[in-house]
This record gives sequence, structure tokens and C-alpha cells, in this order.
Amino acid sequence: MKILGLDSSGIVASVAVVEDDNLVAEYTVNYKKTHSQTLLPMLDQVAKMTELDLDTIDAVAVAAGPGSFTGLRIGSATAKGLGLALKKPLIGVPTVEALAYNLYDASGLICPIMDARRSQVYTGIYRFADHRLETVEDQMAVPIGELLEKLNRYGEKVIFLGDGVPVFRSVIEETLKVSCSFAPAHVNKQRAAAVAALGQVYYRDGKIQTAAEHAPDYLRVSQAERERAERERREDQTGEKK
Amino acid sequence: MEDTLILAIESSCDETAASVVKNGRTILSNVISSQIELHKLYGGVVPEIASRKHIEKINQVIGAALAEAGVSLDQLDAIGVTYGPGLVGALLVGVAEAKAIAYAKKLPLVGVHHIEGHVSANYIEHPDLEPPFLCLIVSGGHTHLVIVKDYGVFEILGRTRDDAAGEAFDKVARAIGLGYPGGPKIDRLSKEGNPEAIVFPRAKVGDCPYDFSFSGVKSAVLNYLNQAQMKGEEVNRADLAASFQKAVVDVLVEHTMTAAEDYHMDKIAIAGGVASNGTLRAAMEKACGERGYRFYSPSPIFCTDNAAMIGVAAYYEYKKGTRHGWDLNAVPNLRLGER
Repeated sequence: MKILGLDSSGIVASVAVVEDDNLVAEYTVNYKKTHSQTLLPMLDQVAKMTELDLDTIDAVAVAAGPGSFTGLRIGSATAKGLGLALKKPLIGVPTVEALAYNLYDASGLICPIMDARRSQVYTGIYRFADHRLETVEDQMAVPIGELLEKLNRYGEKVIFLGDGVPVFRSVIEETLKVSCSFAPAHVNKQRAAAVAALGQVYYRDGKIQTAAEHAPDYLRVSQAERERAERERREDQTGEKK
Repeated sequence: MEDTLILAIESSCDETAASVVKNGRTILSNVISSQIELHKLYGGVVPEIASRKHIEKINQVIGAALAEAGVSLDQLDAIGVTYGPGLVGALLVGVAEAKAIAYAKKLPLVGVHHIEGHVSANYIEHPDLEPPFLCLIVSGGHTHLVIVKDYGVFEILGRTRDDAAGEAFDKVARAIGLGYPGGPKIDRLSKEGNPEAIVFPRAKVGDCPYDFSFSGVKSAVLNYLNQAQMKGEEVNRADLAASFQKAVVDVLVEHTMTAAEDYHMDKIAIAGGVASNGTLRAAMEKACGERGYRFYSPSPIFCTDNAAMIGVAAYYEYKKGTRHGWDLNAVPNLRLGER
């Protein structure tokens, strides 16, 4: 099984081709957010270097959120265009699950954290059981304090990774009562190889989509929708007082 | 001669659109998925919501455009896509999608300027129209008076110094409680009103006879409303809409006719969303008729944002040899004539 993996959910842009137990190629750049200009040229480089015939892939796996809204859409639109043109299915892999998959079969809890601004993190809590990634707490957008309370309640050791680590490391070290560690550079950010490898698992489990139906899962409504909902809630409350 | 088939994609604002165009002038399909109902709730286009809708709809829209045209991706000669100007998040969806399709099918990629697309809409229904001609471009985001010297070659004579014409329509519509989008609503209400009832200023921009300014007339309308409110007077909204619209249309027509005379142009076209305004079309047609100019305008369906016009513009760029690379980016403030 040959899977093309794409991840442009954060600052990292990453393209990988995974065939069965082999990572054929991976191109990962953690530099500046110009994914619109870099992602497809990166795929082109990978394809040229590995003499990849795109028609031979079985599916396109893409980091499907959470993450930067625009970044997610660049990855998704690229995957959707490829899927449409190649008539291949898509696999939407939750960004935080793919991050956790970097730490295959690690013991204890795995907690990817992405900086979600507004002092929140995109996160989830995972563990490996029976060599499979198990979801302890599904992906969510929460204040860092709330996440750390949850982890304190689980009372197990935790491995943190993700671009939220440098932002929240000090508050983690101050607040967390359980032992923790921080994943090293080669496995602590988004990697398309992990998206593709976990994509294989999804594919085998039948968790595939058509290119047409795929859309990112942002975990958040837009600011305009949020403000409109708040306004309506306020109006409802004042309405009740009358 | 073998046919040239282009698939065009447009997602610069709040319409997700795709079209297949044959030989630059024949529209085989023109599919538009409008989000207008969604944005009405917010009184204008919300960029993040627009971008999200684009990604949900784009494959279906492209699929429908290909199916309606009876064309498969393998038969195409190129992919055209709007890469600016517009909302960056919205543009990026179309650009990333178009690049991926072109890449996977090994097809040339042609980036198109949205406004060049609007101008090119005139070629669809007027097989006789060829450059050079004078074109007034009026939409929610743009007001330009240009000479189309050749396909894709423009000389900009005038532009707005402040609000775009369509923007002024939207703001006035909001002020008199008509809601979004303002243009069609003001056009409709104006039919019941007297355009001579209130005199609003026709702004001239001192140093350039072809430039426009619409913030003055917009402010005059708002002042008129405020004063009426303070005096407790009822405002006749139809009269106000008709008078405001007349003030805008008068300036648009007058500047266009001045430019036509100065530059000896006898073919005049209009383009852009506001080009579907009935009063503007009638006034332009009358002014052109009086002077013996030929007047061109696209049907309303080709005035609104659509991909057919992008396919037409892409065709002429394709023929000229314009090709974009896999690093093509969305350029939200792309200038007219820029490549």
C-alpha cells in the first residue's frame, strides 16, 4: 500500500510517501509559513527524486486539523485536487493524532499541544495499547490550565510534543504534578511520514473519504460566528429579564 | 484547427465557481455555488466563512462543470485560476486546488487576474468584440476606467480614490435598512423613486478627470438621513435610493464618455458586479447611442463572479504563452496588468 502524506497544519510543511513498511521519501521544512508556495514544489521534488508515478498511490492522507485555518485549507485543497485528478480516496488524519503517532509504542500518556492562540491549545490525550494508538481524550481546543488539570487527574507520566511546547513549557513545569518529558527535535513536530503511516492504519480500518467530501476539522467556528452566537445569547438573556 | 479546452476555477470572494471554455469564447459550462445567503446574516462577506465554504464545495463545483461540459480532465489543454485580487484565504483554496489538478494531470497552469476576467466576460456574448476598446469596471471592490489595448494589456485611465462604486451601494443600502448585498436592492427600490428628488454631489477629482470618488456621495446620503432623523422627518427611501443611484451613475457615465472622446474610442464596454445594475446599463447605452459608439455589456450571469470569464482570460494568456509554476501564490492585492 502506497500513501502520499501531506501536512501544512502549522509552521511545518511536510510531504511524504510511505509504502508498506518503508518511508520512501519525506521532505519536511520547519521554517516559514509560505505553504501555498512550498507544498506543491516539495511534492514535485519528492516525486522526481523517487521517480514516483502518482497514479500508483492508493490514497492521499492529509493532516485534517486542528491547526492554522489557512494552512489546513492549503493542505486540504491540495489533497482534494490530487484526489479529484487521480481518482483516489483521501484520508483525513487528525493533526494531533498524527503528532502522537510519532511516538509509536511509547509508554504512558502522549499529549501533543499546538498553540491555538487566545491562551488555548489544540490537544488530545493518547496512549499506545496493544500496539495501537488509543484515544484517551479526543482532540479539543482548551485552555492550557484545563488540560494540565486533566493530566494531573490521570496521574500518569506524560510525553509532550508539538509547537505549543516552547510556548507553554514553563507553565507545564510549574503546574503539572506528574512526571513529564518533552519529545526531541526529530519527532516533536508535524511530519507527513506520521500522517501517511497512520493513514495506512485508517485505510485498513476503512476510514477513507472521497476527495469531494473531505474538509478540514477546525475544532473552532470562525470569529464572526462566535461573536454572533455570543450576541444572540446576550440578547436572549436581556429578553428574559424583560 | 484543434479545439483548446480550458478548465477555469474562481474562488476570490463568496462564489465558488468552475467552467469549461472552448477556444476562448464558447462556454461549455458555467457552474456557480453562491454563499450569499450565508453572508447576509453578517451584513457582508466574512472571509473565514467564505474560505470554509469554498473548500466544502470546490470539488463538487469542478465535477459539475466537467460533467455539464461533457469534458474529462484528460481532454483539457490547461487549467486557469484566479490568483488575485480578492480575499487571500478564499483565493488560496482555488489556487491550491487548481495547482494540484494541473500537477497531477501534467497540464499547464495559467493564473488569471480577477478583474481581467471581468473585462473578458464581454467576449463571451460578443464574438465581434476585439481590443482595443474602453472598459468601465465597477464592482464591490473595484472601480476602474481602462483602455483594453490588447488581450490582457491594459492602460489604466482612472480609478477610485476611496470607495468602490459597489461598496458605496452596500453602505447606503445598509444605512437605509436594505441589507446585503446593496446593489441589486437599491436598483430595485429605485424603480419606485424619483431620481431628481434629492440632489447629491457628483464628485470630481481635481487633477484627474477619469478618477472617481464615492465617499462624498455616501457621506451626503448619511448626513441627509441624520438630519431628517433629527428633524423627525420621514425619509422617502425610494426617492433617496433613486437619487443616490443617479448621482453614482451620472459620474460613471460622464467620466467614461469624457475618456472615450479624449482617446477616440468608439467601442465601450462595462464589466464587474455593478455592471448588472439596470440604471447604469440603460444610461451607458443611451450615452453611447447618442454619440454613435458601440456599447457592450455582459449578461448579468457573466457580470457576477464566475469562472467562465476566468476561462476566457486564461485562454488568451495561454495563447500568449503565460505559464505559472507550482509555487503560484494567492496575491490579494494583485494590480491590474501585473503578472
